[in-house]
Amino acid sequence: MIPTPDLSHLTAKDYDTVYEPAEDTFLLLDALEADEQQLKSLHPTISLEIGSGSGCVTSFIGKILGPSVLYLCTDINPHACRCTLSTGAQNDVALDAINGSFANPLSARLKHAVDIVLFNPPYVPTVPYEASAAQGARGIEGAWAGGLDGMSVTDVFLECVEELISDRGRFYLVAVAENNIPEIRERMRTRHGLQSEIVLSRRAGRERLSVLKFVRDPSMVRT
Amino acid sequence: MVRLITHNLLACHVKGCTSNNFPLQFRDVQIELREAEFNPDFLRGFMPKLEWKALVDASRQLGDTSLPPEVPEMLDDDFLKNLHHVLLEIHVEEGVMTCPNCRHEYPILNGIPNMLLAEHEIG
Repeated sequence: MIPTPDLSHLTAKDYDTVYEPAEDTFLLLDALEADEQQLKSLHPTISLEIGSGSGCVTSFIGKILGPSVLYLCTDINPHACRCTLSTGAQNDVALDAINGSFANPLSARLKHAVDIVLFNPPYVPTVPYEASAAQGARGIEGAWAGGLDGMSVTDVFLECVEELISDRGRFYLVAVAENNIPEIRERMRTRHGLQSEIVLSRRAGRERLSVLKFVRDPSMVRT
Repeated sequence: MVRLITHNLLACHVKGCTSNNFPLQFRDVQIELREAEFNPDFLRGFMPKLEWKALVDASRQLGDTSLPPEVPEMLDDDFLKNLHHVLLEIHVEEGVMTCPNCRHEYPILNGIPNMLLAEHEIG
């Protein structure tokens, strides 16, 4: 049993601008814990979390994997980056926070080099323009507003994640039923050669949450 | 904290800026040194990911001359301890990183690099 990271240093004021860990966060932690032995036997070098928010998820995986991994975190919200850093410090996990969009500033140098990619995206279906407005504002709405089907932010990252992950790499993604999980899995398999499984699913209030895990399809040769 | 291990992975990503966009050059930096636990296995594992010349140049810009210009054949403990210090213990808290190609400036504030671009700069 890996304890949930200590977040006692974060205040209600932090949660005015940064997403407070909730059922979706905890489902991702549970999925990582279920994969604990697999993750350890991977002997990863680099972990990258997109939209790290409070820093809870990377601090948790840092507890699983220890100090032999570089933990990179990006978030478009500068206050989230500060919370990510302080949560790492509070939990004795050395992590690096970058105020940036997706993996954009890292993608040139990390082609097929990341062993673990984590993304709990803004997956909530909203009116179409709401997601782009929320991303532009770089505040808390950007942590959940996902546009039509809740996929407008996730879709951007799904187009480039294959470029990031290493041959043995894996990508964990949180999704809800409205995101059309079968379509996501089929698209990633046919367009990007990534096969997937659903690690965990859970109903939380109105949300039917799942954590998907993508790995390279060994039968598809990377070109 | 922008450690040199992170700096070694950051490139300019302004629209159209795709060559000579790495490494970003430090300017007006404030540095803090913070001790970290020595982990030779991690360092050995990370060596293939590093752009060595960029790391040596960046460390010299920050006043550390302990790394050799070429990767040594033997990764002995003395070398790994110097590498450990350069990669993981030098923290750039404030300053600016400039793209050598397009001169775009990425500020560092409270140890966090601001790599965000304006809408018209995004590729």
